[in-house]
Amino acid sequence: MNRQALTVVAGVALALGLAGCGERPQVVEYKQGVYQGKPDTPPYDAAPFNGNKTEWERSIRTRNQNQNEYKRTS
Amino acid sequence: MARMKFLCDAERCIECNGCVTACKQEHDIPWGVNRRRVVTINDGVPGERSISVACMHCSDAPCMAVCPVDCFYRTEEGVVLHDKDLCIGCGYCFYACPFGAPQFPQMGAFGVRGKMDKCTFCAGGPEKNTSEAEFKKYGRNRLAEGKLPACAEMCATKALLGGEGEVIADIYRERVTKRGKGGDVWGWATAYGRPDAPKQPAAPAGGAKS
Repeated sequence: MNRQALTVVAGVALALGLAGCGERPQVVEYKQGVYQGKPDTPPYDAAPFNGNKTEWERSIRTRNQNQNEYKRTS
Repeated sequence: MARMKFLCDAERCIECNGCVTACKQEHDIPWGVNRRRVVTINDGVPGERSISVACMHCSDAPCMAVCPVDCFYRTEEGVVLHDKDLCIGCGYCFYACPFGAPQFPQMGAFGVRGKMDKCTFCAGGPEKNTSEAEFKKYGRNRLAEGKLPACAEMCATKALLGGEGEVIADIYRERVTKRGKGGDVWGWATAYGRPDAPKQPAAPAGGAKS
């Protein structure tokens, strides 16, 4: 009985000890000069452009030219 | 597409603060944080000039260089953005920025500065485009909607131009040619100019000396 309990305790201790080996590092390792954050997506990826870069560029270009009042009034 | 830039025409700015209001309203900016502000030089003196100032999204951004956790990145369009999940609010970027752009909310429980906030060129941040999370952290992503920054588009006198660098430079050039004055653009060289070339040592006068 005593031996059986000892085996159970040893087994649990072994399981817990090995579980510690699987722990992932929780400290961020910074690489100097390299962006460390989440990746961003291009502005034309989401709706309403859904990946259509040409259409997005056309929209931006139109808005750019809207700032030129010489063209707006002529 | 060329890189995005801001240009403020001091000859036209009437200090109406429309750009500041547009920015605040568009991004639901909290009290105490000013992503954009209007600075008046020689206030009250004849010939005073006003300039609208915010992050200029510099070509060689000093904030990126000094950030100890490297939370800054530059998008394909040349917009300088940062990841607020990574920012530790150290304030180094504030000391490095020649335009005083980085802002720190001070309304926290302990009265200390929080994570840095700055102009995003209305391009949001590293969250899903036009999502609720992006709006809460970084404000509205107008670029993803095919629009330009609210401040520039709202400017009544078109003193503040924002968009593709080449296009806004052309607009400004045409304007200066027509009016025949005011060709200097405040902050343009600081933000987008090339770093100074290393100075050559002056040749000693009267021959070489030991």
